Amino acid sequence: MNMNPTRWRAVLALMAALVLTLGVAACGSDDDSTSGSATEGSTEASTEGGDESGGSIVSNPENGKVSLTVGSKNFTEAIILGEIYAQALEAAGYKVKKDLNLGSETVALKNIKQGTVSGYPEYVSTVLTSIFGKEPEEVPADATEAYEEAKAELEKENLTAFPPTPFASANAVGTTTATAEKYGLETVSDLEGVSEKLNLYGSPECRQRIDCLAGLEKLYGLKFKKFTPVDIGLRYTVLEKGQNNLSILFTTDPQLSAESDKFVILEDDKKVFPAGNVIWVTTPKVVEEAGPDYEATITEVQEGMTVEVIQELNARVELEKEPAAKVAAEYLEAAGYTG
Amino acid sequence: MAESETGMSAIPVASIEGAIEFIFTPQSSNVTGGKKVGGIDQVIELTLNQLWLTVVALAIALAVALPIGLYLGHRHKWESFAISFGTAGRGIPELILIAFFAAAIGVGFRNVVLALAILGIPPILANAFVGINQVDRSSVDAARGMGMSELEILRKVEIPLAIPTLMGGLRSATIAVVATATIAPYGGYETLGDFIINENVYGENGVLAGAILVALLAVTLELTLAGVQRLLTSPGLKLRPA
Amino acid sequence: MIEPTVLAAAGQVGEDFFKDRDAGSLCQANNANLFCWDWAKNNIDRYEPFFIQHVELVVISVLIGFVAAFGLALLSRRWSWLRVPFLLGTGVLYTIPSVAFFFLLLPFTGRGRDTAIIALSVYTLQIIYRNTILGLDNVPRASIDAARGMGMTDRQILRKVELPLASPEIVTGLIVATVSTVAIATLAALAGGGGLGEVIVGKEKLGLDFKTNLIIAGGLTIALAIVFGLMLMGVQRMLTPWRRARPA
Repeated sequence: MNMNPTRWRAVLALMAALVLTLGVAACGSDDDSTSGSATEGSTEASTEGGDESGGSIVSNPENGKVSLTVGSKNFTEAIILGEIYAQALEAAGYKVKKDLNLGSETVALKNIKQGTVSGYPEYVSTVLTSIFGKEPEEVPADATEAYEEAKAELEKENLTAFPPTPFASANAVGTTTATAEKYGLETVSDLEGVSEKLNLYGSPECRQRIDCLAGLEKLYGLKFKKFTPVDIGLRYTVLEKGQNNLSILFTTDPQLSAESDKFVILEDDKKVFPAGNVIWVTTPKVVEEAGPDYEATITEVQEGMTVEVIQELNARVELEKEPAAKVAAEYLEAAGYTG
Repeated sequence: MAESETGMSAIPVASIEGAIEFIFTPQSSNVTGGKKVGGIDQVIELTLNQLWLTVVALAIALAVALPIGLYLGHRHKWESFAISFGTAGRGIPELILIAFFAAAIGVGFRNVVLALAILGIPPILANAFVGINQVDRSSVDAARGMGMSELEILRKVEIPLAIPTLMGGLRSATIAVVATATIAPYGGYETLGDFIINENVYGENGVLAGAILVALLAVTLELTLAGVQRLLTSPGLKLRPA
Repeated sequence: MIEPTVLAAAGQVGEDFFKDRDAGSLCQANNANLFCWDWAKNNIDRYEPFFIQHVELVVISVLIGFVAAFGLALLSRRWSWLRVPFLLGTGVLYTIPSVAFFFLLLPFTGRGRDTAIIALSVYTLQIIYRNTILGLDNVPRASIDAARGMGMTDRQILRKVELPLASPEIVTGLIVATVSTVAIATLAALAGGGGLGEVIVGKEKLGLDFKTNLIIAGGLTIALAIVFGLMLMGVQRMLTPWRRARPA
């Protein structure tokens, strides 16, 4: 046997040492909780948004006893809003955990009902059409009326909604300028007769939503060559990489103004895509536990959210690829809420 | 079923019964709009999608990898490359590959199938090489002595003897391709993975149903291939462990 | 163009908040660009926590799989009837795609790192177990007989003859298991388990279509696999300079 036992033992020991060192080093540097990355990125938020109370949000030590979990849906704008609210609440002295990127409204609601999330930003239009199944024509055109109706409906489900943001966003059918020119498309109704040649791309829940494919089929009477569900993050990729494609976009998308020569949205002449302001959805129990600063902070920090501001924030995250946490902090500071 | 904090109707938690119901009957979706989700029709459609994706990807991978692997093995060339290629191939991150193809080329069947074929090539090539390379030299020499052409040697001597290893490569490739076909929805092609990824639409019962279906599909394919391997392996070789 | 209903705002931010943006000149804004060096240089530190999570996932899963596989191998040597069920059992589990595995475990272990580690450990277990059994099987009978002839006990034979001779095979198993786990761990993000997949589909996602992001994440994953692979190959070479590495 030409095996040198000492050498073999040394090698084994070295191997074990290497692996253990890596393991310990890795474990040692990760001191966050292990389940999910709920607190990932929040360290950045607390240093940027919370320690200088030179802004209009003042930290109330009473709030430190309350722990809140901020949720959000799974696209850029929702994540930015989640970050803004989370950092604002933190500045107000609450202990805030983040659980962003939950999914669509069904998952977010489930989390609220389970109590794993304290609240999340939702669109009034989505509340009425998607959650409560109303037809688009039943959605009041006036933003305040729509909010009151959504709030009433939510209250029946034992959920609370805070007052809405200034800005509103809506779904829209979009395409490349080339395709629009080719088929002479300006409004969604122009798609009649043409849509059979076009592929429509939307989020997975689009098929079921009345302010998405279901509405296009039912209320516009359109049939598409094919509907392919894709992740919301790919909604512009499918337009860039393909031909004869339509995609469901959002009216507050930064690409629409920054790349206005490439993309265009079709006018929603039958008003199937109602615009929705954002409201904070939460439960009465959390409202009671959190005290008056909860609603006050949220409604205050919203006041600077005009359409232009939201588009600017979206642009920073989607076009410049900045972290949402950083962008949220920049907004809070520029608007005088913090620092 | 857990009682929710708000005192509302109980929160749905995935259950096996719920999952089975999802598979067979269309359910009303979590999101209103009237269209139902689930049901045996959709299950069959997505299963066939995934199967088709797998078969085409494997066909491409075989067409590319098999000739190269067989050739290199027969000539006993580039051994370390072939073997490390096989190991390296297992390190390709599938999600990133699919996402990259979607971003670079576009979404849809064609692009996803290319990504999957790439994942299938390394195991097939490496195993083809090893299988042929390890065939007993004396058998090959004897065949050469009998006057067989190189191609005949490959066909009649080396390949039959290498069947277990070759099939092993195909089975490895199939596992990798089926697993990645599950996340094909990220590349814009709907497969059973859709149920798992999109809880929004299908609900927690849908997610569990999807996981069960995918697992069943993968295991069924593997058992089928194992059976095929057994059929193809000449009796003298069957003493080897699986 | 539909006019979204807007409520009057308190008009907080100043004029200079809005940047004049020319999408064409920003590398990262334009999806056509393959790789944006400037952005990559400035933002590479965002990947750090996920990279560390990824390393953790891999190291922990491989360690657990290794220990478990070793245990199973020793058991099935003692009671040889266990081999077939173990091989079949681990084989079947290995066939199940990781995404499905994560979500099958969901009702029991919930979302998070534990679920990911359990699934990853099962995969490494299968690979290492198979290779360990193969390695032990391939030890030449002559060596064992010689050792027995010298009066060694079974345990001594195992320690001084079988394991050393089987070690190249076992380390091959480790190499394959580690490399595979690095790749599969990118999917852990789907189950809330962290890792580099998070920058693609997780909470800190930088974009499914942002090629620079994909290249960085993919590059880090592949680099990690290469580093681990080379390290283990070095170990293998040290253990047995005369034997060539067997294929996976």
